[in-house]
Amino acid sequence: MSTSRRIEINPDWCKGCNICVAFCPKQVLALDERGKAYVANVDACIWCRECELRCPDFAVTVVVERAS
Amino acid sequence: MAVTDYLRKRFMPHIWCPGCGHGIIMRALLSAVEKLGLDKNDIVMASGIGCSARMLGYVDAHTMHTLHGRALAFATGVKMARPDLTVVVPMGDGDALAIGGNHFIHAARRNIDMTAIVMNNSTYGMTGGQYSPTTGCGEYGTTAPYGTVVQPFDTVELASAAGASFIARTTTYHAREMARILADAIRHPGFSVVEVLTQCPTYYGRKNAKGDAVEMMEGFRDCAVPVGPLDDSGHATVTIDPEAVDAPIPIGVFRKEVRAEYCDAYRRQVIEPAEAAAAASAAASAAAGGEQ
Ligand SMILES: Cc1ncc(C[n+]2csc(CCOP(=O)(O)OP(=O)(O)O)c2C)c(N)n1
Ligand code: SF4
Ligand code: SF4
Ligand code: SF4
Repeated sequence: MSTSRRIEINPDWCKGCNICVAFCPKQVLALDERGKAYVANVDACIWCRECELRCPDFAVTVVVERAS
Repeated sequence: MAVTDYLRKRFMPHIWCPGCGHGIIMRALLSAVEKLGLDKNDIVMASGIGCSARMLGYVDAHTMHTLHGRALAFATGVKMARPDLTVVVPMGDGDALAIGGNHFIHAARRNIDMTAIVMNNSTYGMTGGQYSPTTGCGEYGTTAPYGTVVQPFDTVELASAAGASFIARTTTYHAREMARILADAIRHPGFSVVEVLTQCPTYYGRKNAKGDAVEMMEGFRDCAVPVGPLDDSGHATVTIDPEAVDAPIPIGVFRKEVRAEYCDAYRRQVIEPAEAAAAASAAASAAAGGEQ
């Protein structure tokens, strides 16, 4: 069984408030030149979901897929 | 179901300002609802007017966007007619404690089974940042250019004095804990009050030099002091060391008591005896009619 994980950011809903970036314990996220959040360093992610829980705009989703 | 399945996605992105904490509360509420496995058809939400009240536009349940301050009255009507439904009422601090203060204390006094979420951003966000009953003494608003001169309400103490049987406070920084508390509040069979300190960076934050949304949430993180565990009577002990934190915010569950619930008591004391009396008098008149 393998597990694949990724972080999805919906740029249409993101308002660039920086909350996900500031409270990520591993500095995985950043804002791009348009002020939208993006995944800058996925290797550091510990999949804690703090970003997903605190995004006021439902723009971050931590996706965990288990495939056998 | 996923949390976002409880959203009316066609109305997203929502109208709240960048960084507004109201969206974090909506997310925590939907996580709680999802964790409890509630069916959309069994959830009724009522709201008044305010940025906070706009939550109802986005939640895919039975929703009633009603009058400023009066959401609890509408919710009470629904709950009495259909006690089987789960009723949740999100309110702003102005909505709940200023214009709606009377509804708030009396809903608490009745201990009617519903969950009131007081989304406390210390201001009237929707109308442009006027001071509210929870604006701190000396803090600024568009109607307090020299600072307010009155003490704010303490929502937890107010709810406690009025008789709410579940009372908690949390903040938007504590999103994970907020979802747990909201699930607990929804499950509690009585009037539950959950105060959530939330940021309005646009008005309260700007007027009071509190910084952006992130800095306001850091403030919640740094000032929060957890209350002790509940004792056998369902009350938490609050021990605050004033030396440790500058302006401490006690957070956690303050009270969880099981007491007579209004719809239940009303059914037992009024509806059932009234129905029994009506049935007895119908039987008596049928018997009297039969004798003639
Ligand atoms: C009867 C009535 N009085 C006044 C208003 C104007 N009004 C609209 S929202 C609001 C206050 C909103 O503040 P709050 O309830 O704290 O919610 P927030 O917008 O901060 O989330 C007021 C006074 C109204 N809509 N109806
Ligand atoms: S899941 Fe945790 S570590 Fe990963 S990006 Fe989100 S906050 Fe950062
Ligand atoms: S918290 Fe949400 S809205 Fe804010 S920057 Fe991150 S993804 Fe965008
Ligand atoms: S005015 Fe304040 S409360 Fe209203 S949406 Fe903007 S940040 Fe939120």
